[in-house]
Amino acid sequence: MSHKLNLSCCTSALVELRSFLQLSLKTYGFSEVDRHQLILAVEEVCANLIIHSHACNPKELIHLEVKELKKKLSIEITDKGDAFNLLEYEVPDLKKVIEEKRKGGIGIFLVKKIMDEIEFESKNGKNTCRLIKNFPSSFEP
Amino acid sequence: MLQLERTKEGNKDILRLIGEVDASNSVLLDQSMQEILQQGATFLLIDGNQLGYISSAGLGVFMSYLDDFSEQGIQFAIFGLNEQVTEVFKILGLDRLIQIVPDKSTAITLGNEP
Repeated sequence: MSHKLNLSCCTSALVELRSFLQLSLKTYGFSEVDRHQLILAVEEVCANLIIHSHACNPKELIHLEVKELKKKLSIEITDKGDAFNLLEYEVPDLKKVIEEKRKGGIGIFLVKKIMDEIEFESKNGKNTCRLIKNFPSSFEP
Repeated sequence: MLQLERTKEGNKDILRLIGEVDASNSVLLDQSMQEILQQGATFLLIDGNQLGYISSAGLGVFMSYLDDFSEQGIQFAIFGLNEQVTEVFKILGLDRLIQIVPDKSTAITLGNEP
């Protein structure tokens, strides 16, 4: 089974993203804290795409698919904007972020801490980011 | 949706966050904090009892003031966060940089110790 969502590229759509994920992540046996963090990780990736790759153009879309892949949870995020490979993104030093009074830059840090695996590919103008999380040991897919 | 409410108790300014902070509304949090500080606050408390969610956009707002707080001797603490939100602060190690206390009664007594 998979859950799909087309998300409009505006930050006001993030609330819709969270309700979609609340529902679609319910069946995998994750604790409430884990679910909260998964939602956060997905939102950080989408917010980045919306703001930096799509310049908040609500006519452009991001596609999401939540599914089981090789006995793990996979959240696939595809878009056609400028490719942003978060695997190549160097996580900033927290102290530096504070010193420079930057208000951004820590989202991807959160994603890398929360997810077990991250995959990225860009082909024919289509970017796919796959966020992967191992199921809790108590869960049998 | 995010609602912000300001109150004052003694020398402490309290900013209550109601709802969720994300990239669409973190600027409101930033504006409120700026306003409170411009009015000469010396002790700022964030009431997180009704905060259901905060993304890096909101955390970044808090982080951007930490240097100002220490330079200007402004005391800052957050109270009332639920378990899920507290965990998010911990992922980044922000619980070591920001004073996070369980409830309002603890927060109110901060700085009153002899």
